[in-house]
Amino acid sequence: MGRRATPEVNAGSMADIAFLLLIFFLVTTTIEKDKGIARQLPPPIEEELDVVIKQKNLFIVNVNKDDQLLVEDELMELSDLRQAAIDFLDNGGAPAGSLEFCNYCKGDRLPESSDNPQKAVISVQNDRLTSYKMYISVQNELVAAYNTLRNRESQRLFGWDFTEMKKGIDEGQITGDRKNMIQDKLKEIQDLIPLKLSEAEPKKSGK
Amino acid sequence: MSKFKKKKSGELPAISTASLPDIVFMLLFFFMVVTVLRDSNLLVMQRLPKGDQVEKLQKDRSVFIFAGKPGPGYEKYGKEAKIQIGDKYMDVSNIKFALEEFRRKLRPELQDKIMIALKVDGETNTGLVSDIKQELREQNLLKLIYITTPGNELEN
Repeated sequence: MGRRATPEVNAGSMADIAFLLLIFFLVTTTIEKDKGIARQLPPPIEEELDVVIKQKNLFIVNVNKDDQLLVEDELMELSDLRQAAIDFLDNGGAPAGSLEFCNYCKGDRLPESSDNPQKAVISVQNDRLTSYKMYISVQNELVAAYNTLRNRESQRLFGWDFTEMKKGIDEGQITGDRKNMIQDKLKEIQDLIPLKLSEAEPKKSGK
Repeated sequence: MSKFKKKKSGELPAISTASLPDIVFMLLFFFMVVTVLRDSNLLVMQRLPKGDQVEKLQKDRSVFIFAGKPGPGYEKYGKEAKIQIGDKYMDVSNIKFALEEFRRKLRPELQDKIMIALKVDGETNTGLVSDIKQELREQNLLKLIYITTPGNELEN
């Protein structure tokens, strides 16, 4: 007697409400997809170290305040920088039979360019007024040069691309034993072609 | 007879749901107004340079440093490029305190793996960036990532 049938709540508008909420969250959610060029800074200097690098193993990239490139004392366009860096790194100028001989280099083996990729150092010198856009472009091209060579070597040794596999590990697609195995191989490639990018303290403009 | 009549009059009328959408709308609007999706309010311009040799940012262990000219609506702060950490402008000399604060907020096992993400506007001078880097080196925060947008400067 006391129990009465509760009238049914109309649920017809439920869908509309759900849609609204859905649209709201769709609009407000931002998907973070930040990517960038990773770099390790050198540790703070405690004592001055004089490291002598042979002139021929040094590739000097100078950027002035007007964003112009001076590579090894020659004016260069940004689009040529990648190839120039590859040529330098891959030169393998050490004579055959010597300790430093580079048996996987495919360069021109010019005696006045780098001995082998382990010895080769790229030095970037910026002006304080260089634009950040230019700075990143130069870094991007130089990293691209390293990546090109690393991909070539990993294709030769293991049959896959260095950058592809590194990406796979970073994004968590490769796990377990396979990950460890590939990490060892990545390390091997990194030892063959180490990223030796030095950055000089930027000069004040006009000097 | 009167007994039956009494029972019928006690039955509840159906609840009108016509106003339900209005109520939900009100709620929705309330939340829309109140919710602040705070991911630090940008005070500086952020037209990031393009790059294609990129790695993914690991968000759980990174701290952002923004730099660039004061953004739209903040022109009163001048035209010189400024550094922003968290929600406020920061002087180069104060970076270390701000970063230390952020570092403590990270999960303990990640505090040693902290990565500094630099989001710098393309028009900024490299001088400012190298000042930041010098400061980071002194603080022994050596892992750093220059955030870029996909693409390549050469293509246009």
